[in-house]
Amino acid sequence: MNLTLKIWRQSDANDKGKMVDYKVTEISEHMSFLEMMDVLNEQLINKGEEPVAFDHDCREGICGMCSMFINGEAHGPDRGVTTCQLHMRMFKDGDTITIEPFRAKAFPVIKDLVVDRSSFDRIQQAGGYISVNTSGNTQDANATLISKHAADEAMDAATCIGCGACVASCKNASAMLFVGAKVSQYALLPQGQIEAVDRVKNMVAQMDLEGFGNCTNTGACEVECPKGISLENIARMNREYFSANVKE
Amino acid sequence: MSVLDSKVPKGPLKTKWTDYKNHIDLVNPANKRNIDVIVVGTGLAGGSAAATLAELGYNVKTFCYQDSPRRAHSIAAQGGINAAKNYQGDGDSTYRLFYDTVKGGDYRSREANVYRLAEVSGNIIDQCVAQGVPFARDYGGLLDNRSFGGVLVSRTFYAKGQTGQQLLLGAYSAMNRQIARGKITSFNRHEMLDVVKVNGKARGIIARNLVTGEIERHSAHAVVIASGGYGNVYFLSTNAMGSNVTASWKIHKKGAFFANPCYTQIHPTCIPRSGDYQSKLTLMSESLRNDGRIWVPKNMEDVMAIREGKKKPTDLSEDERDYYLERRYPAFGNLVPRDVASRAAKERCDAGYGVNATGEAVYLDFASSIQRYGIEQAKIHNIENASKEKIYELGAAIVKAKYGNLFQMYEKIVDQDPYKTPMMIYPAVHYTMGGVWVDYNLMTTIPGCYAIGEANFSDHGANRLGASALMQGLADGYFVLPYTIGDYLSHDIRTGKIPTDTPEFDAAEKEVTDRIEFFINNKGEHSVDYYHKKLGKIMWDKCGMSRNAEGLKTAIDEISALRKDFWKNVNVPGTTTEYNEQLAKAGRVADFLELGELFAKDALVREESAGGHFREEHQTEDGEAKRLKEFQFVSAWEYKGEPKDAVLHKEELVYENIEVKERSYK
Ligand SMILES: Cc1cc2nc3c(=O)[nH]c(=O)nc-3n(C[C@H](O)[C@H](O)[C@H](O)COP(=O)(O)OP(=O)(O)OC[C@H]3O[C@@H](n4cnc5c(N)ncnc54)[C@H](O)[C@@H]3O)c2cc1C
Ligand code: SF4
Ligand code: FES
Repeated sequence: MNLTLKIWRQSDANDKGKMVDYKVTEISEHMSFLEMMDVLNEQLINKGEEPVAFDHDCREGICGMCSMFINGEAHGPDRGVTTCQLHMRMFKDGDTITIEPFRAKAFPVIKDLVVDRSSFDRIQQAGGYISVNTSGNTQDANATLISKHAADEAMDAATCIGCGACVASCKNASAMLFVGAKVSQYALLPQGQIEAVDRVKNMVAQMDLEGFGNCTNTGACEVECPKGISLENIARMNREYFSANVKE
Repeated sequence: MSVLDSKVPKGPLKTKWTDYKNHIDLVNPANKRNIDVIVVGTGLAGGSAAATLAELGYNVKTFCYQDSPRRAHSIAAQGGINAAKNYQGDGDSTYRLFYDTVKGGDYRSREANVYRLAEVSGNIIDQCVAQGVPFARDYGGLLDNRSFGGVLVSRTFYAKGQTGQQLLLGAYSAMNRQIARGKITSFNRHEMLDVVKVNGKARGIIARNLVTGEIERHSAHAVVIASGGYGNVYFLSTNAMGSNVTASWKIHKKGAFFANPCYTQIHPTCIPRSGDYQSKLTLMSESLRNDGRIWVPKNMEDVMAIREGKKKPTDLSEDERDYYLERRYPAFGNLVPRDVASRAAKERCDAGYGVNATGEAVYLDFASSIQRYGIEQAKIHNIENASKEKIYELGAAIVKAKYGNLFQMYEKIVDQDPYKTPMMIYPAVHYTMGGVWVDYNLMTTIPGCYAIGEANFSDHGANRLGASALMQGLADGYFVLPYTIGDYLSHDIRTGKIPTDTPEFDAAEKEVTDRIEFFINNKGEHSVDYYHKKLGKIMWDKCGMSRNAEGLKTAIDEISALRKDFWKNVNVPGTTTEYNEQLAKAGRVADFLELGELFAKDALVREESAGGHFREEHQTEDGEAKRLKEFQFVSAWEYKGEPKDAVLHKEELVYENIEVKERSYK
């Protein structure tokens, strides 16, 4: 198929940036979206132009690196997939596709489609861990029984890949789904209980400090999340946060 | 006399590690504060090492090329991690894990290292559970296990199909705790481009900030390389797009020997390639072989009919199918080790039985498992005379619970529903057993420079068993390196901070800058990917699943010529002082072009078949790999300029606790 691409180009954080049109031809429906971008970039390089910068690494939907806002949706029109798992069979010949970076105040643009998501790292550093030494002097792994249900639910929350699609999809650029998933993983496991109060307070405080917006329950994040992280995690975090403040 | 000293401590295998740890020099906590350690890589190996070293009190700097330590390629590991816990009571033990690993590696790994690995394996699981890693549990609340290839016990722990992700997030959380304490400084979007040696010792690195292009000097008392494997030398592999050999190759050029470069693992179950535009290959976890049966049609007419779309795989009756692994290897069946399974798939496809248009695909079929689980579930739920549909539904639900994310991944890529029709799979490059040579302390031949995780060579011999890379990465990082490095650093308590304004740093930085400037100014004809793809094709065709002397000789000439052309004609757009992915890639491909040649040379010299290294000249009558006693050594290559001039050093492998036998899975 032949396509028109409207792509956000911005040379660095200080540049104003603009949309630029490109044409690509003979795109196979079996290609992934990023392979289509590779075709475009190879074309640009051979013409002596600068290729479009975009983040990607694993190309199998797990590292959370890829991050394109395609036709107004984080990770594009398909559901339950990251940009790298999106396939061209979702588009048709003659389509015009707009491609922008994940936008949020807390995600400044580095170049073109590449954004800085280190705010997510700092939220994790504020409390997204269990304070256990890594010396191996821990009790036997089977010493504490954990119900299959709790383990599975914790796992569901833990599958968040930290991509930031939830933030990009939210009109307030809120990071509640991401933070909620992390808080939930620990809240659902006995190992996480001891530091529960400080964890939720510190992570929420850091989230606010980074300039993420408030949650107004529009639910757009859940729809665009490639890993199906559910809004329940936000509710659970709110409960944890509330009870942490009561305990204070 | 060889220059290689493996430093394996004396004494009985079972107590070697404990005795050694008891006598190793320690650094007191106050002195640790004055010692800096650089860790290049934040995957399972680097992440766990950085967290532990920081916790011990050292000042740690970590480097990774992604935007966050959490995105290292360990994140992609799917199936699981081994540990000799014997929770299933099926006869597992430290010795059995050790035995399976040495045998699985075709008797080409170092006995003492493997035993230590098996010994600390159980503790890894304890550690990870304490960190909140949500491993799968059974209904009684205990940890669940699955089986992987090449073994007869169930010792693999898992977190759905995302085990690597969960383990890495565990290590990342331990890192975060230390970052918050100020004990780790993490340099993300930074690439290490050289090691700096002062008086023969590794004392720092030169790194490039990938956002600004700035070249930075970082000093330390020791440098740890945890930069992962080099499977991307084949262009197409299951590795991440950025996975590279650069960090390992740079230390190689500065004196670290490179061991067994030709030992590569071609994984049997990956999604087949679909076209020339393909940028990477996707693994379908080995865990699927617990429940999937591998087959091709028995009759050529059926193969043709399937390729032409006139028949569907589900149309074929049981006796029209050739479950070739079950046929050839009745004892292990679909759970033979990877090298064996991959070669068997290639054998069938070479014989013309491949089931897709390219002729390079076999089936991985879940129908019998869905049926079996369905009947079982119907019993459990007291459903009498369950309909076919009901049984299918119940069975599919179990398969979904076990492998849901893998099935979804498959469906998104191939656009076929694997619950209804068998998956198509074909072998793909996946893991590199070869790597930087290290001694028992995990130190390379450069004093003060260590290599851990997939970047080193030590534990998997010529073939790695499934679920043991995660085990090795975490063993190295949490439990081995933090001890052994103390022995070296105990001599550095009075050294003080290493200055970076020295001629050694000047020289290393200049080398890096010159090369970067060359790339940008060259303005040649072909893109970096053009060369990478060409190299990949040579590697796959001539250094792939089977190799022969003639092909390898041609490969050496072709790679050498390609490298010359690269340095003349490569075209790198943009400037040096900006985010420039092509520039980063150019440096990586330049290193692959050197490694590739050494790889072929190593494969040529190794005139035997062992594990993943299959030399056509050396096979048994029924096509199995034929090992030779005179090759029971590690090939450690010393850099001498061009790859063709590399000098071979041999580390003889001695097996005192295991009988070296014919490796059979029949
Ligand atoms: C798809 C897939 C599935 C797998 N499944 C399993 C499994 O189920 N079980 C199992 O045991 N094993 C599995 N493996 C193998 C296993 O995941 C890897 O061998 C292991 O995770 C490697 O860990 P590592 O820490 O050595 O390196 P990696 O996780 O690859 O980390 C490398 C690190 O080095 C950094 N780096 C690299 N070069 C540079 C440089 N020049 N400068 C700065 N930083 C650099 C990277 O940024 C990264 O942080 C799988 C592998 C793949 C590809
Ligand atoms: S919650 Fe979903 S969308 Fe948000 S970072 Fe995690 S995986 Fe991405
Ligand atoms: S590139 Fe890793 S999730 Fe898309």
